[in-house]
Amino acid sequence: MRFVRSFALFWWNFVVGDDWRAALGLAVALGATYVLAHEGVNAWWLLPIGVVIVLVASVWREATID
Amino acid sequence: MSSHTILILLGAFAASAVEAVEALTIVLGVGIVRGWRSTLIGAGLAGVVLAVLIAALGPALRVVPIETLRLVVGALLLAFGMQWLRKAILRAGGYKPMKDEDEAFRRQRELAAAAGQEERAGLDWYSFTVSFKGVLLEGLEVVFIVISFGSAQGRVGLAAAAAGAAVVLVVLAGVLARGPLERVPENSIKFAVGILLTSFGCFWGAEGAGVDWPGDEASLLAVIALLGAVSFLLVRALRRRRVAAVTAGAGA
Repeated sequence: MRFVRSFALFWWNFVVGDDWRAALGLAVALGATYVLAHEGVNAWWLLPIGVVIVLVASVWREATID
Repeated sequence: MSSHTILILLGAFAASAVEAVEALTIVLGVGIVRGWRSTLIGAGLAGVVLAVLIAALGPALRVVPIETLRLVVGALLLAFGMQWLRKAILRAGGYKPMKDEDEAFRRQRELAAAAGQEERAGLDWYSFTVSFKGVLLEGLEVVFIVISFGSAQGRVGLAAAAAGAAVVLVVLAGVLARGPLERVPENSIKFAVGILLTSFGCFWGAEGAGVDWPGDEASLLAVIALLGAVSFLLVRALRRRRVAAVTAGAGA
């Protein structure tokens, strides 16, 4: 049980890191791109915009916590 | 050689070099204080585990359809690359302390000197485990980058060769310098690799989601330019904010 917990924690830290909101934001942007693409909309612009918004929000939140 | 391949080679090389510098600090710190035999066996065994992971996972991923692979790899690269980029921006902006390899080396030596003597399987167990864990944990990030970069473009071998070349170069530099490589601009390299990882993640993730990029490969360069520009602007804004806060604090 301890091994499973450590393993899950390792992957959580590895992929999600210390800002789960950023990971969630990226997942939403990617999911929305997938849905739009499968509805016939070539939404190539959506993910870069989403990434920029998530990056700026994540960095700014961390900086203003101080 | 396409621009994609060149960027994959550069990314794998640079990421591997940074992680190798961090692993070298651990191995040197332990080896100098407690002796080399157990330390090098630990580091070597971790290297073998990492090589086996790449050799096993690389070919195994070939059976996954390329669209699915790019979606999954893109999502993972986005999340992982964003962490590198975010930390590098915060460090460059003065909101996180820079990594100090000299300080890490000193701390490693102190810990190694204070640890008790325990022998298992004919090895100094402290030296073996610390060196094994250090190389394995630093190397896992490199394995992830090599496999994700390589598999999405069908170039695992090339990415692994670039990563291997970086490790050899860092070890040689460490042997020549006889100490940690504190002059390597770790944050600048992590900044550049973070932009590359996030851009590739964005490009492959969207492609795997079913998007057709206008201009195909040229779009990747545009994404890199966009993220690079945003990152530099963020660093500038953070530095200004920091200076304003310090000035206001001094005036109070």
